[in-house]
Amino acid sequence: MTNEHDPVRKTYKLYVGGQFVRSESGRTLRQLDARGAFFANCAKGSRKDLREAVRAARGAFGGWSTRSAFNRSQILYRLAEMLEGRAAAFTELLVTLCGRDRDDAKREVAASVDRVFWYAGWCDKFTQVLGGVNPIASPYNNFSFAEPTGVVVVVAPRGGGLIELVSALLPPLAAGNACLVLVDADVPVIGLELAEVVATSDVPAGVVGVLASEITELVPHAADHMDVNAIACFGGDPELRRDLAERAAANIKRVAWFDERSVVDWLADEGRSPYWIEKFVEWKTSWHPVGV
Amino acid sequence: MSEFDVKEIQPQAKAPRPPRTDGARELLFGDLWEYAPSRESTDLVRLDPCYGHYVGGEWIDGGARFEVLNPATEEVLTEVQAAGPEIVDRAVEAARDAFHGWATLHPSRRAKCLYHIGRAIQERSRELAVLETLDNGKPIRETRDVDVPLAAAHFLYYAGWADKLDYAFPGAKVSPLGVAGQVIPWNFPLLMAAWKIAPALACGNTVVLKPAETTPLTAIWLARICEEAGVPPGVVNVVQGDGDTGRALVSHPGVDKIAFTGSTEVGREIQRTLAGTEKRLTLELGGKGANIVFEDAPLDQAVEGIVDGIWFNQGQVCCAGSRLLVQESILDTVLTKLRHRIATLRVGDPLDKNTDVGAINSRSQLDRVRRYVDIGVEEGAQMHRLACELPSRGYFFPPTFFTGVAQSHRIAQEEIFGPVLAIQTFRTPKEAVDLANNSPYGLSAGVWSDKGSKVFAMSRALRAGVVWGNTFNQLDPASPFGGYKESGFGREGGRHGLLPYLEIKG
Repeated sequence: MTNEHDPVRKTYKLYVGGQFVRSESGRTLRQLDARGAFFANCAKGSRKDLREAVRAARGAFGGWSTRSAFNRSQILYRLAEMLEGRAAAFTELLVTLCGRDRDDAKREVAASVDRVFWYAGWCDKFTQVLGGVNPIASPYNNFSFAEPTGVVVVVAPRGGGLIELVSALLPPLAAGNACLVLVDADVPVIGLELAEVVATSDVPAGVVGVLASEITELVPHAADHMDVNAIACFGGDPELRRDLAERAAANIKRVAWFDERSVVDWLADEGRSPYWIEKFVEWKTSWHPVGV
Repeated sequence: MSEFDVKEIQPQAKAPRPPRTDGARELLFGDLWEYAPSRESTDLVRLDPCYGHYVGGEWIDGGARFEVLNPATEEVLTEVQAAGPEIVDRAVEAARDAFHGWATLHPSRRAKCLYHIGRAIQERSRELAVLETLDNGKPIRETRDVDVPLAAAHFLYYAGWADKLDYAFPGAKVSPLGVAGQVIPWNFPLLMAAWKIAPALACGNTVVLKPAETTPLTAIWLARICEEAGVPPGVVNVVQGDGDTGRALVSHPGVDKIAFTGSTEVGREIQRTLAGTEKRLTLELGGKGANIVFEDAPLDQAVEGIVDGIWFNQGQVCCAGSRLLVQESILDTVLTKLRHRIATLRVGDPLDKNTDVGAINSRSQLDRVRRYVDIGVEEGAQMHRLACELPSRGYFFPPTFFTGVAQSHRIAQEEIFGPVLAIQTFRTPKEAVDLANNSPYGLSAGVWSDKGSKVFAMSRALRAGVVWGNTFNQLDPASPFGGYKESGFGREGGRHGLLPYLEIKG
C-alpha cells in the first residue's frame, strides 16, 4: 500500500438543459494533450443532441430574457466567482491541453475571469447606453430598448483556449439570450469544463448549453434549425462560413461574424466590446400618445 | 365574388341612416357634407417620354424600355429603361470612384448637402406629391401629408448626424463602409428612397439605388434634387429596372453593403446570394402586425387606429395592422363601430383630395389581393366589404375584413399586402400575446387599452420591432424602425439607423 492517490478520471459529457449527458449517438471524441498523448474521452454531440439542446434553450429563454437586467448581471458576476474558484484547474488544462507556458496560462485565466466580470456589469447598462428616448416631432412618448434575439448558437473559435470561449459566449449571454456553444473536436475539454462552471453559478438550466463535436458536422444543422434565431461564428474556413450563411437565410437568422484573432488579441481590451452585445439584440421601439 | 355570402356595408353618403335615438354617439360625416370632387391638378408634373439612369452625375440610356402605368387609370405615364449588368456595373464604378472624396469631405459639407436635399423636397413638395400619386396610386392626402413631408424630414434629421458621428456611439471609432446597394419597394417610393439614401450619405457612403419597376419616377426627381443640392457626381446613382436589375446590383462584387426593403421571400434570396461574401446586409421585410383591442380601450380612437392600421395606403404597408385581435366581450361593439366608420371611407380617384382609399399599385398586386380574399372565403371566414362603386378603370379594391378567422387560416398567417383585415378574438392578455406572436413575422403590433400598465406589459411581451400603444402606423425619422424574426434585421431611423452604414471599432 502506498499513500499516493490514483486520480479518478472524469467522463466528459455534453451540457444540455442544465444536465451533463452522454450523446444519444454513443460516440466519443478523443482529447489528446499537447504532446499527443491520450487525455480523456468526451461525448461527441450529434444532430439529435443539437435538437434537444435547442429545445432546452428555447424553454429557458423566456425566464432568462424576462429577468431583470440587474438579476442577470448578478448571475454573471457569480459566474466570474465560480471561474475564479477553478483558476488553478483551468491553468493546468491550458498547460496540458493547449501547450501554453504556465505564466501565459495564468494570465489567460485571470483575463477570462475579468472578461466575464466586465460583461456581467454590462447587463443592466448597455440598453441605457445604446438605446434611449427618441425626440420625435409629434406628441408621443417614444423610446427604444434592447431585447434579446432568442436562441443563439455560438460556434466557438478553433484553438480551444479559455479566453476565446468566454469572449465568444458572454456577449450574447449578457444580452439575455439562451446560448448554445458548439466546441470543436480539437480541444473539447475546455468548453466542457466551462459548462461545469456555468452549472454551479446560478445560470438557470438551459440558458447555456455546450456541445462538443466535429464543428463541420453540427454547424449545418444549427444553421438550418428554424428555432435558432442567431449564430455567432468565430473564424472558420470560408466554405463553412458560406454554407452557414446560405442555410441561415431559411428563417432570416442573424449571423454575426468575428475575425479570427490570436490569443494575445483576445486578451487585449480590443477583444471585448459592448457593440458585440448589440449584435444579439433586437431594438424595440414603443410609442404612446401624450395627452390628458 | 357574388357567389359568396358577403356582408356588404352600404356607403354612408349614398344611404344616410336616420339619426339614432338611443343616445349613442357616432360619426355621421356623410350626412353633414355634400360631396364635391376636389381634384389636385397635375399641371406641375411634366414627364418626358422616356427615362434612363442617373450614373456618375449624368443621365445615361441603356436597357429595354418598359411602360410606367398610372394604376388609377391604367394609362401609360412614360417609359423607363431597365438597367442590365453593364449599366449596374457603371453605376457601382461611379459610386466607388466617388467614395473616397465623399467619405473624406468635411462632415459639415456632407451635412449641408443633406440639408439642402431636405429643403428642396419641402420646396417641391406639391409636385412630388402629385407625381407620387400618379405613379403609385395612393391618395394625394397621403402623399401630401405623409410621404413627402416625412421624406424631407428624414434628410433633415440625418443632415444633423453627418457632422456628429463621433458622438453617436460612445467609445467607438466609426467609419463608412463604402458603396451601398439599395433596393426599395413600390409602396412608399420616395420615402423609402429617403430612408435608404439619407443615413448612408450621412455616414460617408455612396449609393446605388434601385427603385421598384412599378414606381420609378420620384427617384428620378430625387436624383435631380441631389444634383441641385450639391451632392458630388457618383455619390448618388439611380438604376431602374425589375428583379433582374436588383439581382445584378446585389451580386455585384464592388458593393460593400446591401440594404433591402421588400418581401421576406426576396430578402431570403438576397441573404443566400450574399453568403460567403464580406458584404454587410440589412433587411426590412414583411409583416403581419397584430392590432390588439382590449375591452377597456378608448373604442372610438381604437376604431380610428384600426382603419389607419389597415387602410392607410390601401394596406400596402409592411407594418400594417392586418390582424385585428379584439377582446371577446367587445367584439359586437367594435364591429358595429368599424362598419359605421368603413361606411364613411371614400374609395376612388387618388388625385381627389377627398379620397381615403386609392388604387392598388399594380395589376399583379390586385390579383394577389383577390386571390387571398378567395382563400379567406374558401377557408370559411366571413367576408365583409364596403359596397362602394369602384372606378371602371384602374386597380381598385374595396376595404374588406373577415370575421370568424382561425389562427390556422392563411389570411391570418400570410402577408396579403392589401386592404384586407383578418379579425380574431381573445379572452385573456396571455391569449392575445400567444396569438400575436404566433407568426414568423415580427415587425409591428398595436395595443389599445386605457390601462397604462397593461399597455406596457403587452409592449414588452410582443415580439415586434415597433409597438404602438393607443395609436398605429406612426413613423418619424428619429424613431428606429425594423423587425424581429423573419421581418428582417437592422433598424432604419434614429441613431440606430446609422449602425447599418458604419464600421464600428471599440
